[in-house]
Amino acid sequence: MTPGSYLPGHFLPVAIFLFVGIAVGVGMLVFSRLVSPRRPYREKLMTYESGITPFSDAHQKFSIRYYIIAMLFLIFDIEAVFLYPWAVAYDRIGLYGLVEMVIFIIILLVGYVYAWKKGALEWE
Amino acid sequence: MTDTMRHLFILFGVLFSVLTVGGLLIWLERRLLALWQERYGPNRVGPFGLLQVAADMIKVITKEDWTPPFADKAVFIIAPAILMIVVVTSFAIIPWASGIEVVDLNIGVLFFLGLSSLGVYSVALAGWASDSKYSLLGGLRASAQMLSYEVFMGLSLMGVVMLAGSFSLREIVEAQQDLWFVVPQFFGFAVFFIAGIAETHRLPFDLPEAESELVAGYHSEYSGLKFGMFFAGEYLGITLISALTVTLFFGGWSGPYLPHAVWFGLKTFAFICFFVLIRASLPRPRYDQLMSFGWKVCLPVSLANLVVTGAWILMMK
Repeated sequence: MTPGSYLPGHFLPVAIFLFVGIAVGVGMLVFSRLVSPRRPYREKLMTYESGITPFSDAHQKFSIRYYIIAMLFLIFDIEAVFLYPWAVAYDRIGLYGLVEMVIFIIILLVGYVYAWKKGALEWE
Repeated sequence: MTDTMRHLFILFGVLFSVLTVGGLLIWLERRLLALWQERYGPNRVGPFGLLQVAADMIKVITKEDWTPPFADKAVFIIAPAILMIVVVTSFAIIPWASGIEVVDLNIGVLFFLGLSSLGVYSVALAGWASDSKYSLLGGLRASAQMLSYEVFMGLSLMGVVMLAGSFSLREIVEAQQDLWFVVPQFFGFAVFFIAGIAETHRLPFDLPEAESELVAGYHSEYSGLKFGMFFAGEYLGITLISALTVTLFFGGWSGPYLPHAVWFGLKTFAFICFFVLIRASLPRPRYDQLMSFGWKVCLPVSLANLVVTGAWILMMK
């Protein structure tokens, strides 16, 4: 397959494989539904909480840290998205591309250092 | 027509061998762990305990497959299926030998990274839908960990892409005929492999399901074959990461004397054993240590690796 020659047909095997993957996943669910026994009683129907009676709903507030991690992920994964086409075309853009990418990375590093200094990477 | 037959043969061959290997890994891991920890491991059922796999499967299937009334039912059921679908589909791009692959995509690496991002949904949704405190904590930990390490995984592969000038795994393997990429891209390899362990949340990075603190983390409330799907998905994930490490850094199927597929199998097997060895030998870090290791070590290393690789390619020209 040469770059630029793109036909939807190239993805046909992927589509078949995806379909087979879905068949495996859904098939296992259906199979276990048919085969496995089902004998519920009161204790079984309660949330597992190390043997004590659960005392509140689990959908509670959770640490703000996860939100910060999500933000950092967004920033650096977008950076990675910009890096993918740059990396694959690197042999054609040469020094010009390298300098540009170094500038881009330095700008992001400023933000990274700021986040580090502000303690976004600490987990107390 | 024969071409179509050949394609279908490869497709189902890959599927069959992947699922078989995934099953056998459960046995292999227990035997290897036993070997390294001076125990016996499963050795009673059949020769070398091999039929233990069958016994385990029968047990998992005939256990009560339970959807708790307090859970978000639809999401609870879909979550394990997502993991299986994503992992199985990822195997489509692996070149097993020269010309033997389900599909040679020119965006192979991106295809893998995209699917591994989708894997986050599985654990995050499982943790949320279970409506159990342990599950929620496990799901949150899993999503934060997988998202973080996905960034480093993507960045660590850029050096390989620059050297090969392509996202196609076939072209990456062909570019390694003279020199395996693990030599110029050693840091890329190290970050990729560590991120691979974190993505499959294997020990020592199994904090989402750390049994000493979270019972079983995001799959605490799962039972029967739904739990089995998470379990099998983890082993398929190990196989996938090992196969990709071999493809991207260790020359893929290339090797002297033996057939290509044999070389690929041997190298992949070595990495699977390495996964088990890591589990057998390393203690689990704390969660904050895991996250700060990622953001403070893996990220700068993979970015520096990228820039140095770029400069090096320019100098060699």
